[in-house]
Amino acid sequence: MRTGAGRGGVGLLAYAIFYLGFLYVPVLFLPLFSFNDSVFITFPIAGFTTQWYRQMLEDSAMLRALANSLEVGAITAVLSTILGLLAAKALTRYRVPGGNALLAFTSLPLFIPDIVLGISILILLNTLGVPLSLITVIAGHSLICVPFAITVLMSRFDGFDKSLEEASLDLGENGWMTFWRVTYPLALPGIISSLLLTFIVSFDEFLIAYFLAGSDATLPIYIWGQLRFPYKLPAVLALGALILVASTILVVIAEWVRSHGMKDRHKMVGA
Amino acid sequence: MTTADTTIGGGLTARLAHFYRRSEGARGLVLLTPTMLIMLAALAAPLALLALYSFWTQDGYVLDKTPTLAQYATGIGRATYRELFYRSVEISAVVTLITVLLAYPMAYFVAFRAEKKFIWLILLTIPFWTSYLLRVFTWKLILGYNGVINSGLMSLGIIHQPLELLLYNPTAVVVTLAHAWAAFAILPIYVSLEKIDRSLLEAAADLGDGPIRRFFRITLPLSMPGVIGAAVLIFVPTTGDYITPSLVGGSGGVMIANVIEEQFDKVGNWPLGAALAIASIAAVGIVTLLFVAAMRAAAARIR
Repeated sequence: MRTGAGRGGVGLLAYAIFYLGFLYVPVLFLPLFSFNDSVFITFPIAGFTTQWYRQMLEDSAMLRALANSLEVGAITAVLSTILGLLAAKALTRYRVPGGNALLAFTSLPLFIPDIVLGISILILLNTLGVPLSLITVIAGHSLICVPFAITVLMSRFDGFDKSLEEASLDLGENGWMTFWRVTYPLALPGIISSLLLTFIVSFDEFLIAYFLAGSDATLPIYIWGQLRFPYKLPAVLALGALILVASTILVVIAEWVRSHGMKDRHKMVGA
Repeated sequence: MTTADTTIGGGLTARLAHFYRRSEGARGLVLLTPTMLIMLAALAAPLALLALYSFWTQDGYVLDKTPTLAQYATGIGRATYRELFYRSVEISAVVTLITVLLAYPMAYFVAFRAEKKFIWLILLTIPFWTSYLLRVFTWKLILGYNGVINSGLMSLGIIHQPLELLLYNPTAVVVTLAHAWAAFAILPIYVSLEKIDRSLLEAAADLGDGPIRRFFRITLPLSMPGVIGAAVLIFVPTTGDYITPSLVGGSGGVMIANVIEEQFDKVGNWPLGAALAIASIAAVGIVTLLFVAAMRAAAARIR
């Protein structure tokens, strides 16, 4: 931009920094108060302690909920990424009749409030007599994760040349080997981002799990239960701080894989 | 040559296989089948059943399956429920407006002025990967009776009694949601700003438009798809939000999702809950369609 980079530009930069503050300051209260040497959340903090982290690690119910969430998140990520991979390949590689309508249908879960999705699946399971468990949570989470997987993977498929797959078929590889040796390596960065994204969405999801989990709590359900008890709060904050650190690392890895994958692609095409 | 001959001359299976390899549409549909089956089972079937339930009646422990509009009459007729619909739509509309207005300059900065776009985009999205539950809860810590603002102001000697008006009201819900959904506004607006052909802006400048006129005649109309997308992505889910009104809304900030949840939990009146859910999807759908139509008309007019 040639014009307006003067005073207007400085004003915008100041606004951007203020806005980042608005996004980060509330979130950073989690780690801050997790080291606070008092059950009461008051400002300024009383003193430094790591006792809440110890208390959290000794809480077996929390550890069980964490294990449940990791299991649900991992299975949901794999399932929704496989479903997303099939759909994304079909919608980007073939002229499917009614393709746009089908794509709109798969993105519908993004436009229906989670509470409606949760209760309607609950009604169906209840009608069919299916008992609630972590498996039903996985079903609900896969539903909301498929649109994310399709979006990530479609942008990846759109980004690489269809003729690479055609060349492989022309050179005599069958469909399966073409997928395995050409499509899969090219789509890999997209697959990894999709796995991470859908894992995080599932790991964080509360409302659908709340309706579908039965007696097995996932981590958000466990946290929800703890929020009512003030004396349990600091340990929950410690947990929140750890989730913050872990998800930041995951996001940075995901972004790194994506940009690294882009570079690889140029290398392959260039070679 | 010979392989092709045998394929065509072969049995029915071979012919089908040949058709399958030739027809792009058929191959695409086969690939789509598993995903579509899952979506039908986990989305279409449950929603159809939800609609059916809304025409039934809960009579103690028995479900009366005689079709009736009684649930809708209660859901829309009772003043408390009607008020909740209005309030949910109103709160979400205000949240959407504030979030989009705050996010637009931020997205504009990243698209047009930032040196390292990639770093800014990562910085802007990281807070949204932490637990939604805890992100909302953190506002309870900030706005609460003994919270950060009250205890901070008291230790500075500015106030002597904690302020009670910060938490448990619709404003607290609006502030919390505007914070929690910010990324959903920034990203779509950024993408549409990024797509704008820079030569259009230069042309406008060369033809004598000042920065403000240029913004309103070119940048803003061309970024409207992103603004509309952001507004829909925020408005629809926030009308159905359950966590935020429960944690920071108090009795004055209750929203429609809280009542729907009650019908499925404590009250045990599933048909009424189903009717409220269907009515809320319909209300949100109508408001959204009207909004999108109005925004498109407005954008077309500016151009």
